[in-house]
Amino acid sequence: MNGSRSAALTVAWRVASFASFRTEGFPLIPMAILGVLIFAAVFANVLAPHDPEVGNLGERFRPPAWQQGGSEKFLLGSDHLGRDVLSRLIFGARISIVVGFTAVVVAGLLGTGLGILSGFLGGWVDQVIMRVTDAWLALPALTFAIFLAAVVGPSAMNIVIILGLAYWTRYARVIRGEVLSLKERDYVRLAIVAGCSKRTIMKRHILPNVLNSAIVLGTLMLGVVVVTEAALSFLGLGVPPPQPAWGLMLADGKKGMMAGYWWLTVLPGCCIMFMVLSANLLGDWLRVKLDPQLRQL
Amino acid sequence: MKRYIAKRVGFAAISLVLLSVTIFLLVRLTGDPTVLLVEPGASQADLEAVRKQFGLDRPLWVQYGHFVSSLVRGDLGHSFYYRTPVLELYLSRLPSSLLLASAAMAFSLLIGIPTGIIAAVRVNQWWDSAGKVFALLGLSLPSFWVGLLLILFFSVYLGWLPSSGSGTAAHLLMPAFALGWYFAAAHMRLTRSSMLDVLGSEYVKLARLKGLPEALVIGKHAFKNALIPVLTLAGINLVIMVNVAVVVETVFAWPGIGRLLYEGIAFRDFPIVQATVILNGAMVVIVSLLVDILYAVIDPRIRLAR
Repeated sequence: MNGSRSAALTVAWRVASFASFRTEGFPLIPMAILGVLIFAAVFANVLAPHDPEVGNLGERFRPPAWQQGGSEKFLLGSDHLGRDVLSRLIFGARISIVVGFTAVVVAGLLGTGLGILSGFLGGWVDQVIMRVTDAWLALPALTFAIFLAAVVGPSAMNIVIILGLAYWTRYARVIRGEVLSLKERDYVRLAIVAGCSKRTIMKRHILPNVLNSAIVLGTLMLGVVVVTEAALSFLGLGVPPPQPAWGLMLADGKKGMMAGYWWLTVLPGCCIMFMVLSANLLGDWLRVKLDPQLRQL
Repeated sequence: MKRYIAKRVGFAAISLVLLSVTIFLLVRLTGDPTVLLVEPGASQADLEAVRKQFGLDRPLWVQYGHFVSSLVRGDLGHSFYYRTPVLELYLSRLPSSLLLASAAMAFSLLIGIPTGIIAAVRVNQWWDSAGKVFALLGLSLPSFWVGLLLILFFSVYLGWLPSSGSGTAAHLLMPAFALGWYFAAAHMRLTRSSMLDVLGSEYVKLARLKGLPEALVIGKHAFKNALIPVLTLAGINLVIMVNVAVVVETVFAWPGIGRLLYEGIAFRDFPIVQATVILNGAMVVIVSLLVDILYAVIDPRIRLAR
């Protein structure tokens, strides 16, 4: 069955999912960063000093407070419509985290479900699911997401569905491989002999054993999904303005870049970087912790 | 060998069919495709005319036959904005896209291969850790942000490089770096792991036992075999670069396929979007088929294993 895969795509996929950075001990820094971002997202209403969507045109392009011309009022400066950058970053964390987490869950449910079906049932079901997976993998996820976004139009809900549809294939591949080896275990064979229905075996015996892998994959996927969401927003296909998505802020920030308004470009990017970096570090740590088998991935 | 190639071609064909079905269905099932296929602001009568013309009132399978037969004839529709066949537009943009991807590829291999080898040879030492940090940063920095930072630094502050456009080598430098950055990290990691595999193999041990100098063992015996997977990946990545370049091309106003796709989105020019996605997908399928076949030709283990 393995032979039916494209060797080249397998290598490409393995490298995309392989991160060689291993952290020993508890990943304090990534946890702290994610913690701060989640805190900001939950309490955005309280924390943000200004309304993120309403600006004052009289106070456009104010630099951050520590620079010449900056004021206490806009700690991290203001943008081309006079909106407070700090408030927009805080509310942006909410969008990034909500969209990122739900998209990872949607992709995970779809991919894990299909991976289990494909691996356990085998036969034509397996063939159909794996052929579709291959065809979808042929299209780079970003291109696929752009196409979907262009067809259905931008909204937060649509972005979650789009990212879920673009990334489920990664889960399906890995989970199917795991199920193939689980299927040969004695306890699964025993369950078959004992007359359990296929449904029961998949739910009771297979699913709990692939959950760890799904969680590790999901954490590693969070970073990828957040970058893709930012790229879509940057292209104007993400969360519609005036909502403060980080990618959208970068697109807006480009307008002030030539005049040297660096904070509009540097700060939202830093937020994206910190989020992705901590998701990747956490995923690597979890991989080693939860699932020794995935170390070789 | 023939069987292997036939099988690969078969799978590639299935991938192409499924790709076309997916795109066809997504457009039809997510809403009224007529709205996407006529220019924004068209009248009700125009909508009806287009619906008739494209047969959108007919059953789905008839529509699909229509869709595929025009694809095969190379008719991908007309751009609303440019008023020319989309295929022509795509082909006219292809050279700049390939130029950018090749430059980014050259950059990523120049950085990725040497650092990967050093990391493997000095495994678990300072160099290796530095390599890991680099690999992690490569994964975590979005390419378009790297591009924006480069513009901010080299164009706005230093004024050394042009911030957008194309034509000279100076125009190529920053987009190639921004695009190649992520792939440099990927190539570094693969070089490292495949070099580690090779260094642990029997024939390398033999070369060492023979008393060959370390430089020769690494440079001649290990390096050549470690390079095979890296070059395979590079082949696929070149096409993937053409695909993911859309954000970098948008940042630098680089006139490639990615920019075309962006214009298609920005001007609500759906035929451009659809054609670009189909052609890009077909390109990935065909190139990975070619790489698979080449790989089997070079390495008998692959074709015999199946």
